[in-house]
Amino acid sequence: MKLVVRMEDLDCAHCAQKMEDKICKLSGVESVSVSFMAQKMILQITEGTDKDDLLSQIEKTVKSVDKNCSIVR
Amino acid sequence: MSKKQKKLLWRILVAGGLFAAVLTVNLTLHPVWWVGVLLMLVPYLTVGYDVLLSAAQKIVRGKVFDEHFLMTVASLGAFALCFVEKDAHNAHEAVVILLFYQVGELFQSVAVGRSRRSLKDLLSMMPDYAGVEREGQIVHLDPEEIEVGQQIIILPGEKIPLDGVVLSGTSSLDTASLTGESLPKDVKEGDSVLSGCINGEGTLRVRVSKPYSESTVSRIMELVENAGMNKSKSESFISSFAKRYTPAVTLLALFLALIPPLFVGLFSGKWSFDHTFYPFVHAALMFLIVSCPCALVISVPMSFFGGIGGASRKGILVKGSGYLETLAKCKTVVFDKTGTLTSGDFTVKEVHPVKGIPEEELLLVAASAEQYSTHPLALALKKATEGQTLYSVEEHRNLAGKGVYARMKGQEIYVGNRLLMEELAIEAPLLEGAGSALYVCQGGRYLGALLAGDTLKEDSGKSVETLKSYGILTVMLTGDRRENGEATAAELGVARCEAELLPEDKVRIVEELINGEQSEKTVYVGDGINDAPVLTLADVGVAMGALGSDAAIEAADIVLMNDRPSDLVTALRIARKTMCIVKQNIVLAIGVKVGVMLLLAMMAVLPMLAPLSAFAGTLAVFADVGVSVIAILNAMRAMKI
Repeated sequence: MKLVVRMEDLDCAHCAQKMEDKICKLSGVESVSVSFMAQKMILQITEGTDKDDLLSQIEKTVKSVDKNCSIVR
Repeated sequence: MSKKQKKLLWRILVAGGLFAAVLTVNLTLHPVWWVGVLLMLVPYLTVGYDVLLSAAQKIVRGKVFDEHFLMTVASLGAFALCFVEKDAHNAHEAVVILLFYQVGELFQSVAVGRSRRSLKDLLSMMPDYAGVEREGQIVHLDPEEIEVGQQIIILPGEKIPLDGVVLSGTSSLDTASLTGESLPKDVKEGDSVLSGCINGEGTLRVRVSKPYSESTVSRIMELVENAGMNKSKSESFISSFAKRYTPAVTLLALFLALIPPLFVGLFSGKWSFDHTFYPFVHAALMFLIVSCPCALVISVPMSFFGGIGGASRKGILVKGSGYLETLAKCKTVVFDKTGTLTSGDFTVKEVHPVKGIPEEELLLVAASAEQYSTHPLALALKKATEGQTLYSVEEHRNLAGKGVYARMKGQEIYVGNRLLMEELAIEAPLLEGAGSALYVCQGGRYLGALLAGDTLKEDSGKSVETLKSYGILTVMLTGDRRENGEATAAELGVARCEAELLPEDKVRIVEELINGEQSEKTVYVGDGINDAPVLTLADVGVAMGALGSDAAIEAADIVLMNDRPSDLVTALRIARKTMCIVKQNIVLAIGVKVGVMLLLAMMAVLPMLAPLSAFAGTLAVFADVGVSVIAILNAMRAMKI
């Protein structure tokens, strides 16, 4: 299943890479691509994953890399 | 500029002013060194307090290879040197470093913001509302609320919010936001309209045929905005490079600060900080400034973003930076013939009547007999006799696979292929040439033959020629007869032609090209109607004339909204330009950084270069901020086509 998450205040390009590396390890995430320029995260997630739970994990991960950045739900 | 950016700008200006004031005081009044250092703390903290804070937070979490951390170490290190040297000049350097660092950050954030905004403008085709009639009044609703089958009203000048069919009204539509070209398209009752077009002078009442999420405009938006899944190798290279580069330079700096002084001390036997350690520690601190990979990390995705954005303005949609990169490298372009290089419309090319029959008469008889047929050949005849009155037909029958039979003025007319003539035992001379031959006989008498063929698209020849001048092998595949395929190939100058192919043959040939001896990148261009397997198989699958064709948009990697082969050339040019900018930036950034590091190390080692070390700070800041600025400006070029 494809999931697109919009992001706000993603200001550093290599943070996007760091987020990718970390989010890719979350359970339920098959692949992830963070586009620094488009401020978007495109995820391929396993069918039946709890979206809300995953989103809050993603939010936490995003904050740990760049505290100013947030995701739009 | 955003609020955040304005705030940063003011801080830089204020800190710059304070720095100038303190510098003047220090250089003219010559206060005791520690007073000078303390005074310098004022502009230093003004410009860099957030960097220091963020660095502190990062240290708590154990992340030391962060750019804020590096800047903090470099500038605080410079302050520390003041205490060793009992002189304020290193404090000046610390302030300059942070000032420039912040200028670079501001510039970066403004440039990125501008690029992001320009894509938003590009996507202004997004409709804001849909007009619906309620009790005689038009109310504006969110397009997402509209259901299939509902009626919407589009006033002159409004955007069409959803795909649908015109129920009443006529108008001409501006398709520029979808195709990049403001060619008006006339629509009338019964025609289908695509969302994203702008309505011309007439009011249209439209029945919605697709929900908003499946409408053309949303699909295109999704495609352009989410063009991220397929990241280019350059981007992955840069991110993995950046991951290793910073720690490596930091370790190198540590090495530079400790190991050479140890040797110098051991050999000379003299141990004084000033002479043994100072030049190396200073150079090491400068290394830390150079170790930020920002220039590269931002400029590479920005170039691709610009390239993809610029392309979509031309009606060329690219599904990921990886495809742009592959396209730039491609060595073989495989075209489908019908619908790609040719328009798929047949025209009458040759008319060969027997003696005594005028050409017009032969055409008219054939067209009259075929007037109820919808075969492409019949349409070609209809076009050839446009404006003339056809003979009335009393009886008409299709002869499947052979032609047609018609009865006119009491006479039996047969129009069809050679097989039909043989069946009727009519002797007709064989007509050779590219295209399909049609033989005509009237009342048992042979009247002559016609040759109809597919027409080339206007820009096919020029596109093939341009591709060849780029050193690209052009191949044409077709299911058509060999003679037809070869004639078209010869006319266009296509290097290789394969004809009489079944869909699975096309797959096999493209597979061979991809896995062949050279195994070079292969692009396949088709109309996306029945070549989805080949589109998926090719390194880059390009669907042409995809406006309104969902299947093509789905299967292809690059989508040409217009029906023109020359757009492929445009896409190739954009791809090559983007890759050129990316390479320039990589070479520039790595080159300058490595060069500056070498120079810094040499300044520390060679006494004759020591006087230059006054410029070390400027040099290091240039290698960081200066290169960032140049790389970003260069990346912004990618958007301009």
